[in-house]
Formats: sequence, C-alpha cells, structure tokens
Amino acid sequence: MAARELYEDIPGTWIFDAQRARAGYHLNQFLYTLMKEANRKAFLADERAYLANFKLTDAQRAAVLQRDWNRLLELGGVVYALAKLAFTDGRSYQFMASQMTGMTEKEYVDMMLNGGRPLAGWRSKSEREQR
Amino acid sequence: MARIIAGVGTSHTPAIGAAVDNGKSEQPYWQPLFKGYEPSRRWMADAKPDVVIMVYNDHVNAFDFKIIPTFALGCAEEFPIADEGWGPRPVPVVKGYPELAAHLVQSLVLDEFDMTVVNEMQVDHGLTVPLTLLFGSPAQWPCRVIPLAVNVVQYPAPRGRRCYQLGQAIGRAVESWDEDLKVVVFGTGGMSHQIQGPRAGLTNPAFDKAFLDDLSRDPERLTRIPPIEYLREAGAESIELVMWLLMRGALGASVEEIYRFYHIPASSTAVGHIILECR
Repeated sequence: MAARELYEDIPGTWIFDAQRARAGYHLNQFLYTLMKEANRKAFLADERAYLANFKLTDAQRAAVLQRDWNRLLELGGVVYALAKLAFTDGRSYQFMASQMTGMTEKEYVDMMLNGGRPLAGWRSKSEREQR
Repeated sequence: MARIIAGVGTSHTPAIGAAVDNGKSEQPYWQPLFKGYEPSRRWMADAKPDVVIMVYNDHVNAFDFKIIPTFALGCAEEFPIADEGWGPRPVPVVKGYPELAAHLVQSLVLDEFDMTVVNEMQVDHGLTVPLTLLFGSPAQWPCRVIPLAVNVVQYPAPRGRRCYQLGQAIGRAVESWDEDLKVVVFGTGGMSHQIQGPRAGLTNPAFDKAFLDDLSRDPERLTRIPPIEYLREAGAESIELVMWLLMRGALGASVEEIYRFYHIPASSTAVGHIILECR
C-alpha cells in the first residue's frame, strides 16, 4: 500500500485519485452511458434492470438507487459523471452539490451569492481536531 | 512567421454557457458577470487572432475512462459539440487547423513532450464557454481553434511546472511555423472552486488574487505550487489552474496585463479572467 496521501486530511472531500478511479471504473462507465437520451429513458424505466448490465459492487448499486452522492464519491464515482445521473433525474448541478453539503438548494445558492464557503474550518481534519 | 500575441485566462463554468443559451444573461444573477467580459470582447474584436490554441479539460464527455490522456491535441478538421446530458449547446461547430496541429504534435514530441493525437473528438463546455465569453454568439466562430485537452479529472493532473514548460515548447513550435498568423492561447478552468462533497462551494479570493498578480509578476512562483496546495487552499477542482500556467508558458518571458475581472459566483465557482499581451 502507498503511504497515506496528504489530501486525505482535507475535510469533506474525496479526491478522485488513481485508486479511487480504479474502484469506480464500472460505476463511471455506467454513468457515461447516461449521455444518450435513449439510455436515460431506459434507466429511468427500470433502474435495477439497467444496472444489471454493469459490474457494479453491491454498495455502488445501492448508492446509485438511493442517490447517495457522497457515498458514490467515496466509492469511486467522479463528480462530472455523477452529474449525468442528476441531469437524468431532471435535477441541476447545484441541486446535487447542495445535497452533498447537507444544505437545501436555496441555502447553497445563497452561500455562493454571499461569496462562497470560507476556508476557515475546512482546511484540514487535523486542524479541526485541535480546536 | 506565426506568432503568439496574447494569452487569455478564464473560467469555463458550464452554467455560464447555459445562461447565454437560455437567454438569462441580463438577469441580476448573471448580468455582472457578462458585463465584466464586455471589455474583453472588444479587445478580442481588435486582436482578431487567426488561431486560438484552447487549453481546457474534458469533463467525461469526449473521453470516458477507457483511455485517459494527460495531454491530448485535437488534430481534426472540426470538432462537434458534445451532448453532456441535456443536449448539445446551440453554438457553431468548432473548426480546427489540422496542418498546424500536426506541426505542433511533431515539434512537441521531438521537444520531449509526448502528446496524444486526437483525430476525432467532441468538445464540451470546457472549450465552448470560453469561446462564448470572448467571442459572443456569432453564426460561425471567427477563427480556427486547436484544442489541447489536459487531464485534470483523475488525480494527479500534470504538475504546474510541466504545464508551464509545455507552454514554452508550444511557443517554440508556433514560431517555427512559416505562415503569417496571429495566435492567442487560452488557459481555462478555475479559479478557486470545489464542486463535490460536504466542502462544496469553497472559494478563496486571496489565493485567486495572488495567482492573478503573479501571472505577470512572478510566474515561476506559481509553477512551484504543489498539488496539495491547490486542493487544500482553493478547492479540489482548482487544480484546473495548471492549465493557466500552460497558457502563461506559451507567452514568453515578458507580458503586460491588459485586463482582469473577478466575480463570485457562477454556480459553485469563483470566476477569474485575465488578458496578457506578449511584450
């Protein structure tokens, strides 16, 4: 195993690194198919049947069905591919991002209008533990 | 002789393109942003480049995960607009410059930059939003475009210094093309932003200002920023700023800052923009 990476100390963040990309390969290839309208329709018509065509792990499959965005990031989903699932649901990117943060969409949009999330308190996990 | 006359740095947030395409650019949310690019469109109308080299990244549209090229140069006659999940943007097809692109590939590989050649490729918002911001909504794009797609999606992106050096090599390659052409190089993406996980929405205006300042004052300092500093200080997706360093490297030692604009928010991003003329 490689040594622990520095970026694992960043709170609220799953860096899409080479190991995560490997674990998420089939998940992301499934999401890539949602670029086509016919596939989006087929998926929505029977999600479980559509997913059966891809070699997802049970955990990945469950997270897709639950739209558990943060779990999908953890399990190797890349955010640009996850966006295609949100669009398939007729949702916006901001909706998906707000769900990841645990805020309502309005709270999230308002935070951005007020300049975004400040870095204070979000720089590192170790810093947080020291507080 | 072909010569690079200027560089443009700009964010490429997809929501900016959607705002134009859906007629929302005059709405209060968007109006300040588009007003900030008005001087840039005037500058571009005067500059009249023959060719744009567009340094951008694909967002799982042209490339899925079967093959992940670190540096991919678009050598096609034209590049269709990708359907990213809500239909293709209603913008003109992007016309390439295959002869010059082929020359770039040959020069760059011999100069020890091992480019991936792409002869068929759709282009997404990473490339089309900067065109919209600088050229508006014409019936045809007014110049040819050579796409240079950089992997910044799967960590690690190429290092800032490597991007800067590739830019320098592009400068040499353009100079050795025997045709009287004006070239503008774009570096796109950024600035501070994170669009994933509980930390989504992060911005860092101080980081962004220092970055904009040092593009002309001290680009060497920027090439020493390690990946962890982008990720931690400016958000997971701010690593896109290495593409601005690629642009900066192509401009030569001396540049003059002509214009800058900074605005929060566009969707989840801090939008940054700069125009640098070669001196």
